[in-house]
Amino acid sequence: MAMAIRVYLLFLLFLSSAILSFSLYEDQVGLMDWHQRYIGKVKHAVFHTQKTGRKRVIVSTEENVVASLDLRLGEIFWRHVLGTKDVIDGVDIALGKYVITLSSEGSNLRAWNLPDGQMVWETSLHSAQHSKSLLSVPTNLKVDKDYPILVFGGGYLHAVSAVDGEVLWKKDFTAEGFEVQRVLQPPGSSIIYVLGFLDSSEAVVYQIDSKSGEVVAQKSMVFPGGFSGEISSVSTDKVVALDAMRSILVTISFLDGDISFQKTHIADLVEESGKAEILSPLLSDMVAVKVNKRTIFVRVGGEGKLEVVDSLSDETAMSDSLPVADDQVAFATVHHEGSKLHLMVKLVDDLDTVLLRESIQMDQNRGRVHKVFINNYIKTDRSNGFRALIVMEDHSLLLLQQGAIVWSREEGLASVTDVTTAELPVEKDGVSVAKVEHTLLDWLKGHVLKLKGTLLLATPEDVAAIQEMRFKSSGKNKLTRDHNGFRKLIIALTKAGKLFALHTGDGRIVWSMLLNSPSKSEACGRPNGISLYQWQVPHHHAMDENPSVLVVGRCGSDSSAPGLLSFVDVYTGKEISSSDIGHSVVQVMPLPFTDSTEQRLHLIADTHGHVHLYPKTSEALSIFQREFQNVYWYTVEADNGIIRGHAMKSSCSGETADEYCFTTRELWTVVFPSESEKIISTLTRKPNEVVHTQAKVNSDQDLLYKYVSRNLLFVATVSPKGAGEIGSVTPEESALVVYLIDTITGRILHRLSHQGCQGPVHAVFSENWVVYHYFNLRAHKYEFTVVEIYDQSRAENKNVWKLVLGKHNLTAPISSYSRTEVLTKSQSYFFAQSVKTIAVTSTAKGITSKQLLIGTIGDQILALDKRFVDPRRTLNPSQAEKEEGIIPLTDSLPIIPQSYITHSLRVEGLRGIITAPAKLESTTHVFAYGVDLFYTRLAPSKTYDSLTEDFSYALLLITIVALVAAIYITWVLSEKKELSEKWR
Amino acid sequence: MYKFVFTGAAIGHAAKFSNIKVVLNGGQHITFLRPDGYFTFHKVPAGTHLIEVYALGYFFSPVRVDVSARHRGKVQATLTETRRSLTELVLEPIRADIYYERREPFSVMSIVKSPMGLMVGFMVVVVFLMPKLMENIDPEEMKRTQEELRSQGVPSLSSLLPSSR
Repeated sequence: MAMAIRVYLLFLLFLSSAILSFSLYEDQVGLMDWHQRYIGKVKHAVFHTQKTGRKRVIVSTEENVVASLDLRLGEIFWRHVLGTKDVIDGVDIALGKYVITLSSEGSNLRAWNLPDGQMVWETSLHSAQHSKSLLSVPTNLKVDKDYPILVFGGGYLHAVSAVDGEVLWKKDFTAEGFEVQRVLQPPGSSIIYVLGFLDSSEAVVYQIDSKSGEVVAQKSMVFPGGFSGEISSVSTDKVVALDAMRSILVTISFLDGDISFQKTHIADLVEESGKAEILSPLLSDMVAVKVNKRTIFVRVGGEGKLEVVDSLSDETAMSDSLPVADDQVAFATVHHEGSKLHLMVKLVDDLDTVLLRESIQMDQNRGRVHKVFINNYIKTDRSNGFRALIVMEDHSLLLLQQGAIVWSREEGLASVTDVTTAELPVEKDGVSVAKVEHTLLDWLKGHVLKLKGTLLLATPEDVAAIQEMRFKSSGKNKLTRDHNGFRKLIIALTKAGKLFALHTGDGRIVWSMLLNSPSKSEACGRPNGISLYQWQVPHHHAMDENPSVLVVGRCGSDSSAPGLLSFVDVYTGKEISSSDIGHSVVQVMPLPFTDSTEQRLHLIADTHGHVHLYPKTSEALSIFQREFQNVYWYTVEADNGIIRGHAMKSSCSGETADEYCFTTRELWTVVFPSESEKIISTLTRKPNEVVHTQAKVNSDQDLLYKYVSRNLLFVATVSPKGAGEIGSVTPEESALVVYLIDTITGRILHRLSHQGCQGPVHAVFSENWVVYHYFNLRAHKYEFTVVEIYDQSRAENKNVWKLVLGKHNLTAPISSYSRTEVLTKSQSYFFAQSVKTIAVTSTAKGITSKQLLIGTIGDQILALDKRFVDPRRTLNPSQAEKEEGIIPLTDSLPIIPQSYITHSLRVEGLRGIITAPAKLESTTHVFAYGVDLFYTRLAPSKTYDSLTEDFSYALLLITIVALVAAIYITWVLSEKKELSEKWR
Repeated sequence: MYKFVFTGAAIGHAAKFSNIKVVLNGGQHITFLRPDGYFTFHKVPAGTHLIEVYALGYFFSPVRVDVSARHRGKVQATLTETRRSLTELVLEPIRADIYYERREPFSVMSIVKSPMGLMVGFMVVVVFLMPKLMENIDPEEMKRTQEELRSQGVPSLSSLLPSSR
């Protein structure tokens, strides 16, 4: 009861504060938050380096971003993030002023203005079937003052005007099943050659009039072996293809419309045999073939004769060829040698002429080179200079020029897959930390400036000085733990398998580590990281240990591929150990037990239904054996609509088994009828969430006990018809059903059905409540619903006498088997935006009220107080309810612009939001990731336990001085008065 | 199933079109505005759809768009926030969003209202007004009260004041 009263008081204290609990002044931007803009792994790059104007490079990336980068500094001039399904197939520059992008398998063609990125025109091209797509922007083809762009995709060849995006003509190839491989255009001719394969066994060449799109001539020839689909064009009338067996190179020449084949066995060219692969670069008169990890360069002679001119042993990345002065063509190769990177630019005609040879020291954690793009410029001595844009294995983008890295971009951070947080080391004696305290005068001066800022008396120079001072003085960038827990490390795992540690103060990279750096053994070909766990969080007795994280990876994309564990020291960023675990990884379950060195016990389930215990120590085993009967887990089979609960059975038997492997037994199953319900979302509470109190006091002094269980699973199902997109189903056909299921017993605690609603469902689960977002088809609006669940079996404990006499059951252990009576309350509200993800703030002790963090489709994050989604809201709350902080019920949730925690920024391509508590109870860390990264610190109930950043010490000081002066003056006055009285 | 094309226009007063995205059905398709403010969605099947416009600094109401299957390409649009139907698919922002709190301009009141100001004010009141109040009290009555208090044995604030000496 005392607890309840305390909570009630706290609630009164916190919740009676203003509704607007997040707001920011414009000059506070960057004080607690940072924002980093990325583009993703570059797929294509086109340089735009004319003599005048800014030098830039246009890139398209695997995150569906098209961007224009400053070639000098690597900064983004502009960028656009296309939709997730709008994959970019090609990018080029047309007319010298438009950036052309082809996306969605050749069906969307857009032109963007080169200087500012404004979309100029957009054309949707007809497509009838899935096929690979091709974008070709001929430089010297001109038809009636128009410059056509040739696009193949979906079975059609389109010629589109570069000026306004009008389709000039289209040619239907769908009936023939013809796949265009190359579009070639001999200079000075209006005829274009379209070469492609028919059923991958017949080569066809169409000669098409570029004005009308009519086929002038057509030739075809059957190749008995069939083609593999890989092709490389070597000149305007010749291409080299590979046969289906990948052992014969076929030179196809189609001079004047005649086709001729010339076969060359790869075995005749090199001794080693094996499956060959044509590498993508476009080299004139030459083709690069990869056989048995060797890259060979094959020159194509005048009559289609092939000869090997060079071969490179290791993995080498190559660029397309680039015309340099005097009709010469050059290309670049990049290869590794130890920690050095060798860049060579050679002439295609004469491979012995090396135009450029540079060696650059490269960080091992960047991995190998994946792509190279080169560009030339004329130096002051009229010789050719080259700059190379390289894409590394960790997705980073670097510009090399004159033997140095001019700039680099950590583009791996655009594809963060999992995030966790970690503490920084404790400040020790001897750890040198930048001196931030200065003299008293400086300090006072700073505060006077700050005061001026607060009172709007500051000049622009003063404002700049204030900003700079704030950055310096706060000491927020130190690499040690602070008292408030504001300084932390954000550990992010990226798609490329690289681990980054970012500092919360300014977002800089403290360390980074590539999981499969080349220095390591090749036991596991290309591991990709799946997820990240806190392995060791030392406190109390294991203070000397460094904290570490566990990275779970897989040696392949298949779910049955063997797994890989890697333990990484958080302070140093060094891998402590890594192991191939020899079994697959389906599910990783951190257990609520730790061993004597604070290593957390983890269970990993494999595809055979076995679970494996980590760490593999006898101590962990003995801890686990003690709790053997209390370990339960569940699996969700979304495709079959089944949820199963499991418990431990016994140790594994069999020849490969060890004592850390256990079999499981099935306890329960929940089967959803497949004809009416399809699982679209499941969610549990965060396992490390802290709940301050179980009790909730009503306005009428009534007690409600929250049903706080770690074993609750939220499941949302939708009618199979409604599983598609909005607009594909009528309200009568779709229904959304949500369940709350106990994962120990399989008991369904609550079921709620929404008729005429559909997904996608985005939900957040915290304490005893779930809030979820879905689409209401009847109202044609998005809706939020809150479900709160209360424990009824404890409801009679509210009598004080029972508590006094000890006749309560509060100390009885809560068990999932006790079949407690539960009470649920729910309420729904409209919401005016699509949602990408939802999170909830989390604080150290769970006392501070909570805010929902809603990631909207506009890539902004809205902080919404939990009080807005309280099922006890009524239209006319009583006075008592108002005092408790209950807001009058409205049909829709408010969107207050000042509550956008991202203020005027966008976290482009937002995918996830994570929150972590700071040591200070009022404050929580928020980190959002997508293509961009965003971090801020939030205080959902304002910083009631500390002074705010802009607290005016100067005003305090002035007040004190004034008070002292007043005291002195009055003292003098009173002395005088007393004296005069005594004289009287 | 027919597929339709529909075109609309969005008006942002800032005329900074390169920052505006138009989203169909919660992310199924995303398109951008042309320099004249027009946007187009291609290959949209008949049915009821939702269009949202995202522009930093502006709030647009989502639009319910019914694409008729019978009359080819006939489109009916309704703002879902205000339930107003549109004759033309021309979208206007409901309001301009300001993401920052505005700093109050400097005023004496803001200083007086701040905790420090209140403290100073209180002290001023105590220092200058209290003696005045004391003077107004009749000294005899004062003495009587003091006596009373003394008899109760409660030390009072007034006994500590200099004027009581």
